[in-house]
This record gives sequence, C-alpha cells and structure tokens, in this order.
Amino acid sequence: MKQLLVFIRKEFYHVFRDRRTLLIMFGLPVAQILLFGYALTSEVKNAHIIISDQSMDANTTKIIHKIQSSSYFITEVKSLAGEEIDAAFRKGVVRAVLIFPPQFGEDLQHKGKANVQIVADGADPNTAKTIINYLTAILGDYQQSLADGASAPPGIVPELRMLYNPEGNGSLNFIPGVIALIFMIVCSTLTSVSIVREKELGTMEILLVSPFHPIMVLIAKAIPFLVLSLVNFTFILVLSVGFLDIAIKGSILLLFAESTLFIITCLSVGLLISNIANSQQAAMLISMMGMMLPTLLLTGFMYPLDNMPYILQLISNVVPARWYYLIVKAVMLKGLGFSYIWKETLVLVGMTTVLLSLALLKFKTRLS
Amino acid sequence: MNSVILEGITKTYDDGNVMAVDNVSLQVKPGELFGLIGPDGAGKTSIFRILTTLLLADKGTASVQGLDVVKDYRKIRNMIGYMPGKFSLYQDLTVKENLTFFATLFGTTIAENYEVIKDIYDQIKPFNDRRAGKLSGGMKQKLALCCALIHKPEVLFLDEPTTGVDVVSRREFWDILNQLKAQGITIMVSTPYMDEAILCERIALMQEGSIMQVDTPQQIIRSYPVRLYAAKADNIYKLVQDFRMLDAVSSCYAFGEYLHLTMKADKPGDIDALREYGISHGHQGLEVKEIEPGIEDTFIRLMNRKAQTNG
Repeated sequence: MKQLLVFIRKEFYHVFRDRRTLLIMFGLPVAQILLFGYALTSEVKNAHIIISDQSMDANTTKIIHKIQSSSYFITEVKSLAGEEIDAAFRKGVVRAVLIFPPQFGEDLQHKGKANVQIVADGADPNTAKTIINYLTAILGDYQQSLADGASAPPGIVPELRMLYNPEGNGSLNFIPGVIALIFMIVCSTLTSVSIVREKELGTMEILLVSPFHPIMVLIAKAIPFLVLSLVNFTFILVLSVGFLDIAIKGSILLLFAESTLFIITCLSVGLLISNIANSQQAAMLISMMGMMLPTLLLTGFMYPLDNMPYILQLISNVVPARWYYLIVKAVMLKGLGFSYIWKETLVLVGMTTVLLSLALLKFKTRLS
Repeated sequence: MNSVILEGITKTYDDGNVMAVDNVSLQVKPGELFGLIGPDGAGKTSIFRILTTLLLADKGTASVQGLDVVKDYRKIRNMIGYMPGKFSLYQDLTVKENLTFFATLFGTTIAENYEVIKDIYDQIKPFNDRRAGKLSGGMKQKLALCCALIHKPEVLFLDEPTTGVDVVSRREFWDILNQLKAQGITIMVSTPYMDEAILCERIALMQEGSIMQVDTPQQIIRSYPVRLYAAKADNIYKLVQDFRMLDAVSSCYAFGEYLHLTMKADKPGDIDALREYGISHGHQGLEVKEIEPGIEDTFIRLMNRKAQTNG
C-alpha cells in the first residue's frame, strides 16, 4: 500500500514538473471552451445584409426598423441594381440582400399581397438558410401585426418553443462533446504516453523486476490521471456556467459519477494503447488518430449522427464518447435522472469492463 | 551451488530469424565478479534479460540462486538487483526522490539498507536535491547503482554500466564493484571495453550470441598460443598494407599507435624477418618488438578463428 502511494506521488511529480503535460491538461480545456464557445459557433450573429428599398413607404420603413433592431444583422440601406448585387456578394462581406420592389407598399395596401426578394450567399448554405429564416420570420411578424384588428384570414399560426434551450444557446450542444473530447485526450493520450515513457527510459525493466505487482504499475499510473481529470471536469463546469451561461439542470453528483465512469473508460483505452506502442510518438499518434477523430466525428456533437450513412451510424455505437455525450446532455441540459440514462450507463460499464480486462490481461509481466 | 546457471540457453527474435543467444551454458560462483565481454550485438543484454526474468528463452534452462527463471520468477525478482543498459532513472525527479522511490518499490527504506550503499551514496549525497537529469554521467551511474542496490540484493546484474561514462568515473565504478563483492554480493557485469575485462574475476568472451571462452582474464591471456609482435613506422597505413601482403603473416591489425602481428610459422627468428621486410619496403622510423598479449588480442584471435571455421 505504501508502495502504491509513493508510486502515485511520483506520477504527480512527473505531471507537475512537465510544462507540456500541464499545458495539455489545463490549457486545453480553456482553449477548447473558448474556441467552441465564441469562435466556432454556428449561430448567425451580426451578419451583413443590404436592404434595397425601392418602394420607400411607411410599410418598408417599419419593416427595416424591425430588422435593424434585431441583433442578428448589420444592415445597410441602399438601392442596388442587378449587377451591383452580384458585385456586392463577390466582395464576400454581404451575406444577403433584401429587395423591396417599387410597388411593394401599394400592392400590400390594395391587393393585400406583395412580393419581396431575398438573395442569399449560398456558398455557405447553413448560414444562408438561417438568415432567410430570420428574415422571413420578421416579415411574417409584420404581416401578423397588419392582420391584427382587421378581419384576419384564417390560418395556422405555429407557436414555437425550443425545449431545454429557449434562448437557442449554441454552447449547450457542444459542451458535453468538448468534455468527452478532453477526457479522451487527457486520459488516453497522457496515460499511454506516461507508460510508454517508462519503456523508453528503461525504468519499466526495473519496475517489472521489482517485487511490486505489474498490475499495480498500471493502477498507480491511472489514479493520478483520474484525480486530475475530475479536477479538470470541475474546472470545465465552472467555465461553462461562468462564461457560457449554461445552467446545470440535473444532479451534479450523478454527473460526476457518470464522468468518473467515462474517465475510467478512457484510462483503459490509454492502458491498452500503451501495450501496443513502443515509443511516445507512436502512443501519441494512435491515441490522437484512433481516439480523437472518432470522438470528434462520431459522437454527434459536431455532425448529427442521423445524417450519416448507416455503416457509420453502426460504427458510432462502439465509440464510448457517443454514449457519454448522450448521458451528459440528458443530465446536464435536460435535468433527467438516472432512470432515463441507465441504458447508456450500462453500455459504458460494459465497454469499460471489456477494455479494462483486455488492458490488464495484455499487460506483459515480461518484456516480450 | 552456483549463483547463476545457464544451460543450453538459446534466444531468437523475429520468429527465429535473428539469433541473439546461441546455446549458451555458463556458471557464476557465489560472490564472484563475473564479466560478459563482447561487442554490441553479442547477446549480452539478452542473457541479462533472461536471467532477470524479463525474457523467456526459446530453449534451455537458467537459474538464479537455485531458482528457475521461468517457474520462480516472482521469487527471483525479490532477490536480484538489475541495472539495464539504457537505464536512465527519472530525469525529472531529484536524487533523493529517485532513491526513495526505488527503495519503497522494493519494500525497504534508505535508512534500513544504508550500509550497503553508504560508500556510493556519500559521493552523490551533496546533490540530493538536484534533478537526476542534471547530473553528470558518472554521478548518474552511481545513483543508478544505488537504486539497484537499495534492497540489498543477493545477485547484481549490471548491463554495460560504464558505457558512456568518463575514464575516471569508470575506474571509480570498478572500485565500487570490488567493494560490493567484498560484501558478498554476486555480480554479473557486461562491458564492451576489453580493458575492463581484466578487472573481473572470471570472464566470458562473447561473439554473435555464443561464448568463445570462459576463464580468468589472466588464464585467457596466458592461453594465447603464439608470439605476438607490435610494430610501428612513420607511415603506419602503408605498413599495414605491406605486412598484409607478406605470406608468413597470419594476422595484422591496428591497435592504438601500433600494429599487432602474429606469424603462421611462429618461430624465434620471426622478429628479425619482420624488421628486414619493413626496411626493404623503405619504411622510416620502423620499430618491431615482441609483446604480451591482452584480452583484446585473444578476442580478435578467437573471432578470426570463428570466422574461418564458419566461412
């Protein structure tokens, strides 16, 4: 027992005396959270649009005011002819042009029906669609306000409500993904690298020759990273709540329990990698390629899984991060209890058992 | 009973394509300072790893202190000290931290076995709080030896402990080994340096996985069967070529500033014949003399004979 404690203390020395490890450990979460939270957002904010008002009547002025008062757009009102629209898009700043034809106001008053044209930059289809949706919503809103009081034509008015995320905060979706990604990197990569380094240094030979049980070597290696990852997790939660306005709806205790489970999964992966790799670079490559990419692509936090080819959806089932992502989303964002996530938890427990037993069984008590 | 016994040990790598150790049998007596001498790739490290239970041999049996290296490997691991060839400690841990770690790992404390390492540890104690990575090569080696000794092993395996260490530290290191031997520890050490062979009690000369000769260094030198001559001249490069052209010469190789030569016939008058031959080829500053062979001469002779029988 004393051996284990001294061994664990040694591992902490390694971590705290190596700037690179510390940077990966604590710099990475901050960088990821800030990047995903502020830079890599898929929301549309401050999109440049040009409004070409050829009608210039009371109606268009009111609509333009409405558009200008929303935070989505930076507007510029000027009349553009056909080729000028093209030219404006080619410069790449303008995302959309809204054109009111000359008879817009008149048509609306007399015929009760008028046309507007929205031209959007389809080179970025997602942004274009979002902008079009926003603009149509504003136009629809205005139409609604005109109809009020007068004899409104019968119609279906959808009442929209974004459940769990009424403000449409994009951070909500990726925070669980980022957490999974960070655990994957920190636990798998750092653990495997730290074991392989012992092989490179020749100290592994001594560790094996010592009376200390080989399995204990693995445990001593894993425990510090488990502790540090939990500290890291707390850190990410504080960042998310403090900077990205995310409220943790579910039980924090459950969240920590599930995270501990996932960390153990990641550690097992790291231990398994250290069995295969013989150099730190190899360990790094295997964990980066083998773990990071699937975690990024096949968990559903960057790209929806439902849109993927069936075969990729099947493969995504064996990516542990996928299940953890579902769990965190359910607990953290929806405030669901254990009864809703026991299936995902069971899958993770199963995966961990298999991975950990493999890692322990394959660990060589000799050199080859 | 012998401390270390190897019987018909064979070890191959890459599915039998690379022969590392070829049918080696060897005994090391209790309390002996035994040397494995041979160049890189001779199979020294493989033998150490088999004896320290880190590798399994393909064929043959081996035992340490009467315990089988395969069956009783856990027991052996408790009673041996091992310093691997590429062993470099934890660079980011201090001297004290390294030592404490290894002491604890082997279930002991620095204080408990202090007398075993005292002489060595006293030399590095002033650097207790320095990181191992910042120590000189000789200091590192002493620290590594302390770490291997801290649990008072019965048998000590040192794989090329002096490789990459300066001459002064190397000499100190061998003094330390003799002190350890005096404490009754059996020591098996390997080295590629022939000048260190003479410092062992008995040595095994190894080449390409097999043992060519096992004896005391003195006996190995005495067993050199022919006269050995040393020669030099101003143009040593031409001298090698000229002597190699001479039919009567059996072997001729550069050795420091001299050439070492042996003759096929090995007669008393050879030395004059060599001198005349050199002068007749116009060599200036020619010097030829008969010398005592060293371990390296024996090694080269055995190596050449092996190459001849093989080819």
